[in-house]
Amino acid sequence: MRAHGWWVGAGALAAGLAALALGLELAGYEAGPALAALWSGAFGSWYALTSATLVRAIPLIIIGLGLALAFRGGAFNIGGEGQFYAGAIAATWLGLHAGALPSPVAIGVLLCGAALAGALWVAVPVLLRLRFGVLEVISTLLLNFVAEALTSLVVQGPLQESQGIYPQSDPIVEAARLPVVPGTRLHAGLLLAVAGALLLHRVFTRTLWGFRLRAVGLGPRAAEIAGRIDSRRMGAAALAASGAIAGLAGGVEVAGVSYALFQNLSPGYGFTAIAVALLGRLHPLGVGLAGFLFGALEAGAGAMQRDAGVPAVAVYVVEAVVILVVLLAESARRHGAAALASIGAARGAARAGRG
Amino acid sequence: METLALAAGFLAAAVRVATPLLLAATGETIAQRSGVMNLGLEGVMLTGALAATLGASAAGPWTGVALAVLAGMLLAGVFALVTVGARADQVIAGTAVTLGAIGLTGTVYRQAFGAAGAGLDLPTLPPIPVPGLSTLPVLGPALFSQPAPTYIGLLAVPAVWWFLFRTRPGLAIRAAGEAAGTARAAGVPTRLVRAAATVAGGGFAGLAGATLVLAQVGTFAERMTAGRGYVAIAIVVLGRWHPVGVAVASLAFGAAMALQFLFQTLGLGVPYQLFLMLPYALALLALAGVVGRVRAPADLGRA
Repeated sequence: MRAHGWWVGAGALAAGLAALALGLELAGYEAGPALAALWSGAFGSWYALTSATLVRAIPLIIIGLGLALAFRGGAFNIGGEGQFYAGAIAATWLGLHAGALPSPVAIGVLLCGAALAGALWVAVPVLLRLRFGVLEVISTLLLNFVAEALTSLVVQGPLQESQGIYPQSDPIVEAARLPVVPGTRLHAGLLLAVAGALLLHRVFTRTLWGFRLRAVGLGPRAAEIAGRIDSRRMGAAALAASGAIAGLAGGVEVAGVSYALFQNLSPGYGFTAIAVALLGRLHPLGVGLAGFLFGALEAGAGAMQRDAGVPAVAVYVVEAVVILVVLLAESARRHGAAALASIGAARGAARAGRG
Repeated sequence: METLALAAGFLAAAVRVATPLLLAATGETIAQRSGVMNLGLEGVMLTGALAATLGASAAGPWTGVALAVLAGMLLAGVFALVTVGARADQVIAGTAVTLGAIGLTGTVYRQAFGAAGAGLDLPTLPPIPVPGLSTLPVLGPALFSQPAPTYIGLLAVPAVWWFLFRTRPGLAIRAAGEAAGTARAAGVPTRLVRAAATVAGGGFAGLAGATLVLAQVGTFAERMTAGRGYVAIAIVVLGRWHPVGVAVASLAFGAAMALQFLFQTLGLGVPYQLFLMLPYALALLALAGVVGRVRAPADLGRA
């Protein structure tokens, strides 16, 4: 089963890259140099690997872990982008005012504040779902646009840099910044992403809460009847936790990479992370691997635009094809299994009828 | 007199802004009535917008409209193939379609028009004044002096209502969305019906994208739909899956978005971002008020 999963992932990625190459040739670009630039931008050097690929992978892995948690609990959080921005805004505000604190405390406060902001941002969809039955798919999506507008508002208002010219914040204090590997831009957020994946894996496989969460995701009615689990509350908790984690990713991005708030801080991390969670088959370690691969894709995309003149957005086509291929493979497997089961049941019935 | 002119301008802007929402939401009503929620609507609109730009710059605005409708149907067809054909998850497939459309349109647009962009010399759809009615005070410019897509959208409301509630194919669509199992047992080819409804919805969304380019903005920009496809989905819920309700909700949204222009004209010092947030915040509030009291098609989103 697992092995099957890895093959699907690898096949989907190959299909996505093939679609990109074909599309580029059809659109009149040269696919060879473009893919070569993509590769060298992602893996071509130690600096590319650490400072482009891994730095890009960190937010994708962190948000992706949160989304895997939500999806496993049967909650569709499509608002990772908005929660990321909520976390980034809170982190920036805290980072600007944390000058007097010793560094580890400042970082801790900043990251906790970011997670809290993400949780607060998703609290609206959680409440709407519990109180009014509003689909979280729609509410989380709509809040993405509110968060983007809010970011634009604060970088031109309360958090604008002191000269009041550019739509960005002042840099946060040194004490609140994450440590960086010398000679690269790789920051300690990577440790957080790896630890998060291991921790979530443990929660899923070794804790009662994780078991209940998965039971609710697999079948809320069955979980309620056979397990006496409150599936509404579990779903809401999963949604809230995923929001907090996406907010944390926003804090990590500010404390580790940008050191300031910008209007376009995220190149769609919240949306790409959906693909990451899915490609990783909602398995924490799979999400880590998928996040690394998509980080490489997005890092390579930048190089592709610089060196081969191919727009960086072209990699979104790869991501879309990857998601669709994984979906198709999963549904083929599920319905294939269902068909086999029904054949088996029919045979059993026939045998029982004969006997 | 000043107030009247202001009101007339505001209403006209509201209807203009509401038109793409109305078209996309009307199409999505058909799809959702059949049991399919197409979150790829955002991407379908965006693709329609680019197709309209390419078609219009090559052979005039109406070629652009036709190409946009075709492109919308094609992309919705891909979505239908994955969700209805292979019975994959609609939410994730829709997100993928939108993501892919952003990549595709961005790449093709830059290849076709270079870094400079399509520019503002695109042939557009001019307002067509309705003789006699366009000179009415306030309502005249809002309802009777608009480009063709607005009239198409307004006429589509009774047409889609009649189709859904008074014809046999309409009944088949609603049956597929309410009780797919029963409909199948009664001989309705539910998957074919759902696929057809989704593709039809895609055609409307493509037209909505064309409207955005050819009757509103006048040029293409990357990610120019800016969430309108998602707003259209919220509008379908707010309009209680009924064409008339959807039309009312679309106009309300158009008005919320047009407030921005009104406040700019009045010169009030309110940050423009508040107006960017307003439609989405209103949608959330309205959803909270509406959803508990209405019922979605029972088999919406089920494979």
